[in-house]
Amino acid sequence: MIHETLPSPPTYYEEVERKGYSRREFMAFVTTMAAFMGLENSAIGQVVHALETKSRVPVIWLHFQECTCCSESFIRSSHPIVADILLDKISLDYTETLMAASGVQAEEAMKHTMEKYRGEYILCVEGSVPTGADGVYCMIGGKTSLQILEEAAAGAKAVIAWGSCASNGCVQAARPNPTNATPIHKLLKGIPLIKVPGCPPIGEVMAGVIVHLVTFGKIPELDRLGRPKAFYSKRVHDSCYRRAYYDAGLFVESFDDENAKKGYCLYKVGCKGPSTYNACGVMRWNGGTSFPIQAGHGCIGCSEENFWDNGRFYERASAFAGFGIEANADTLGKAALAATGVGIAAHAIATNVRKHKLIAGKVQEGKISEKEFES
Amino acid sequence: MLRRVYVWELPVRFYHWLNALVMVALVATGFYIADPLALQSQREATGKFTMGWIRYIHFAAAYLFFFNFLARIYWGFVGNKFANWKQFIPVSGTFFKEMWTVIKMDVLMMKNREHMSIGHNALAGFTYFLTFILFLIQCLTGFGLYAAMSDWWFPQLFAWVPALFGGDILTRQIHHWAMWFFILFVVIHIYLVFYHDYIEGRGEISSMGGGWKFIEEEAFEKEHTHTPNPE
Repeated sequence: MIHETLPSPPTYYEEVERKGYSRREFMAFVTTMAAFMGLENSAIGQVVHALETKSRVPVIWLHFQECTCCSESFIRSSHPIVADILLDKISLDYTETLMAASGVQAEEAMKHTMEKYRGEYILCVEGSVPTGADGVYCMIGGKTSLQILEEAAAGAKAVIAWGSCASNGCVQAARPNPTNATPIHKLLKGIPLIKVPGCPPIGEVMAGVIVHLVTFGKIPELDRLGRPKAFYSKRVHDSCYRRAYYDAGLFVESFDDENAKKGYCLYKVGCKGPSTYNACGVMRWNGGTSFPIQAGHGCIGCSEENFWDNGRFYERASAFAGFGIEANADTLGKAALAATGVGIAAHAIATNVRKHKLIAGKVQEGKISEKEFES
Repeated sequence: MLRRVYVWELPVRFYHWLNALVMVALVATGFYIADPLALQSQREATGKFTMGWIRYIHFAAAYLFFFNFLARIYWGFVGNKFANWKQFIPVSGTFFKEMWTVIKMDVLMMKNREHMSIGHNALAGFTYFLTFILFLIQCLTGFGLYAAMSDWWFPQLFAWVPALFGGDILTRQIHHWAMWFFILFVVIHIYLVFYHDYIEGRGEISSMGGGWKFIEEEAFEKEHTHTPNPE
């Protein structure tokens, strides 16, 4: 067989076959992915063709300040081929969490990929980069996160920022941000970068982004904040199955009330769905089983920038940083209104005292005129 | 002797009252949207649209507010001298001097003399300029939040605003905070209208109805009668 003598790496489809998946399963996977990516039916053939003919794209997956929930989410995406083929068997040349190698061998593998596939590999970054104290808060193999990131990004075709840590800093960047955790788009310039925020992002969304990169050889269409439009253009609120209760004005008042049992809208108990752009309401989690709102808990806005500091999770009222934990905009507003009232009363009194002559003169003048009409 | 002066032209009066109406509507519905009442209903959600209507009023009023605001800016270039943009934006030393006079007289009450401005005094004009900036902030954040719900090109012009603040959460909070300044403004504004009417007796309150103020004959003989930033 001629093919066996050729040194070229296997295509995605060859790997799928090797893993023992049937053609039918492969087609089901492609169709699912195409649907998630928001492609038309006619594009399914394109995706199939791409996966049949394109050889694996090498991936370097770096972990910095994070909890690995992104990786956990990814390997649990609903279709087994996602983890098996895109991640487990084929593409991953270096990832601290899942690779077999360790120590020197692992560093070698990364170096090898970076040299051999310069300009071709995809760099995935999970976690934020601490830049405080010269970066000592997160070091691997004697290098700071920033050094590793910059080296790896230099030869990458594109960078994917997995999760809220890499996209916007997440919890490590919450006030007071002791390690000066920095999202990677602030550290890398001049390289295509896709933000896939969420804590974690939905596994199918992550797979969709990778399949898009593989299929079309370019990054998907992004919104103003650098997120793929296919997954982040709608608010959770807009695709929420409880939306009808919102429009009707029927809300859960507390988590143990009758309204909660009826499944009313969670807006008043702090749901951030109306301010959160994500695909949770459509794709849901754990293979389409459920998502937070369906489980009776409001959205906490985990894919939004700075969601830890922008108000509290269980109320709508806006927290007002710097004025004590209980102060919110309305409390301050009421205080300002009361102060204004007091000021006005004081001013009115002062006017009558200080401008007494002036006012008395006007009153006098008015009375004289009044008299003239009487006579 | 008092002489009749046509101060507020019809477009200015129209702007003022439409603005007052939509501002009340916006604040009332805005509060409702931020913290809706605990409604109880036996009806199916599909048969009710309470929150929907409240939001509809908010958005409709927002459009009126915005275009009314635009019309007023236009009138600041073509209207009479009391409506001119120079009444609002300090571009001369005279303006600042008059502002200081007003502070001394009406705020600190250091002088007992009446002030002679006929339209806005300089301090009031400058305050309106600040409220215009606030109007702009409310329009930017409001339509920015609205953009994601609309297919029309107009709200899309504001889609960059939430991106600037990193998302809708902070944008919404700014929109909410800024609303309080409208409330404080309205309270102080109404008080001061009564105050001026009371101490000056020139028809301050009714001037926004018919457009006229009644000014002492002597005021026409003096030089510094009126407008800050004179031409």
